[in-house]
Amino acid sequence: MNERQDVLRALAAAQWRLSLALTAAMLVVYLGFILLVAFAKPLLGTLLVPGLSLGTLLGALVIVTAWLLIWIYVRWANGHYDTTVAALKERR
Amino acid sequence: MTGGLGEPNAAAIACFFLFVSTTLGITWWAARRTTSTEHFYAAGRSVTGLQNGLALAGDYMSAASFLGIAGLVSLSGFDGLIYSIGFLVGWPIVMFLIAEPLRNLGRYTFADVVAFRLRQRPVRIAAAFGTLSVVCFYLIAQMVGAGNLIRLLFGLSYETAVAIVGAVMLAYVLFGGMLATTWVQIVKAVLLMTGALLLALLVLLRFELSPLRLFAAAAERYGVAVLAPGQLVSDPWDAVSLGLALMLGTAGLPHILMRFYTVPDARTARTSVSWATGFIGAFYLLTFVLGFGAMVLVGQDAIRAADKGGNMAAPLLAEAVGGTSFLGFIAAVAFATILAVVAGLTLSGAAALSHDLWVNVVRGAHASEAEQLRVARVATVLLGILSIGLGIAFKGQNVAYMVGLAFAIAASANFPALVMSVFWRRLTTSGAQASMLVGTASALVLIYLSPTIQVGILGHATAPFPLKNPGIVTIPLAFLVGVAVSLLFPEAEAEQRFAEVESRVHLGPREG
Repeated sequence: MNERQDVLRALAAAQWRLSLALTAAMLVVYLGFILLVAFAKPLLGTLLVPGLSLGTLLGALVIVTAWLLIWIYVRWANGHYDTTVAALKERR
Repeated sequence: MTGGLGEPNAAAIACFFLFVSTTLGITWWAARRTTSTEHFYAAGRSVTGLQNGLALAGDYMSAASFLGIAGLVSLSGFDGLIYSIGFLVGWPIVMFLIAEPLRNLGRYTFADVVAFRLRQRPVRIAAAFGTLSVVCFYLIAQMVGAGNLIRLLFGLSYETAVAIVGAVMLAYVLFGGMLATTWVQIVKAVLLMTGALLLALLVLLRFELSPLRLFAAAAERYGVAVLAPGQLVSDPWDAVSLGLALMLGTAGLPHILMRFYTVPDARTARTSVSWATGFIGAFYLLTFVLGFGAMVLVGQDAIRAADKGGNMAAPLLAEAVGGTSFLGFIAAVAFATILAVVAGLTLSGAAALSHDLWVNVVRGAHASEAEQLRVARVATVLLGILSIGLGIAFKGQNVAYMVGLAFAIAASANFPALVMSVFWRRLTTSGAQASMLVGTASALVLIYLSPTIQVGILGHATAPFPLKNPGIVTIPLAFLVGVAVSLLFPEAEAEQRFAEVESRVHLGPREG
């Protein structure tokens, strides 16, 4: 019984660490983008190729980052997390 | 019977009637399956991950994001994109912190989760206060938007438009409950994304399918400044404050949270957020093309002439690249968009009134199934009448700030209490209650004292509170108050029962 509780605790801690890290990553990326918009207007207006400013590219990349972070979480949750949860449920 | 914007448009009317008759048909089908509260609030927990992902997208992408952001981009270029991005970045937070615990701990409302190990009454009253504030402000914004849009698109009077939206929405929710609402949102999401994709393709066909050529054409006509940050973000604190409210508010919107109860388990809740984020992100990337497309192909002067705020940019673009019948299709899609969002909002408001306030506060959780279902329907009718009344009362007012306000309240009142109740062992009843009440009240007061109301609406020269969005103050404040009150007045039972929360967050309710 105690071993089972330890496994659950460890799983909860791992989930919390990953969720917190990914949440922090999203906050940093998005707020970083907003601060660039506020403080580095000329830099974001730099044209990389005709039609594409650095700002537009970074904006699109924020959306891509959101997808990427979700992909990382889902990969971990569908694998290690779900396997451990299923094992714990069986012993309930 | 064919004409441009604001005139009766045969295609628009045909598309609209097709949408309404299809969705009412779905409602009739759903009504025969809606026999218990589990069906009424949660669609019998039978919705699949892909379906719920589409429905979440349909619940979330309001007319403000389709017409509003396309308009903003067409008039101010890059600055409009800041909103596109802000509306998406809340979804990863929903995924990492909210969706799975919510599904495993609650039944119908987010208050189920907060109240799980706390004393029911105080928590539910405070949660209902926050939920109903969010729902009311969001409803006003949607109903006033509906009245104005439909007047512009179809030439109907404002009051008629508001009454039609209210009546059709009421039919969906009252008879078909969550099952009908879910399918209305799915149909709307598919229509909206098909419409946006077609429109973007028609635009890009004129630019050799290259968005960069389109952006370059915009820069050539209106100056390269349209591709760079402009005046929208002048105060960095205001920008960060709005950003925080958009991001964390998404994770506290009651109508979005409620959707996670419609799926069978936490894993499906996870899948549905992946789908939703995929759809919503793709849609917001398309708004880049739609906004700049309208800027180049319609022209800023023509867009401003139709509507000062730019809301007609996407419909005008549809007319320019696809003719009157395509305009009709896009106009009907805009109408469908509003209906789906309003239905979701009403259902979540009805759940707060009946499930939280009536069943768990007034009746102390002792109400028969038949009574619960009856009260839920009465609450739905009340909210339907309220939404029509509010729509008419706020006619002609500038309500654009109300969506921002709804997000700010959701981020300050609901999000902190929800996160602390799931992840922080020492949260107490008084702590949760104080956090939700202070979050709601401080957001309301600071919005009232902000330049948006004081300068923009009341016409004063200055405002006592400098920021347009209060999020940067009220979100940390709600967390601080929750922590301080919990530490000052510990609650042994709440702490002991945390083990139960921890186990259930991960393993879900016991079966059988």
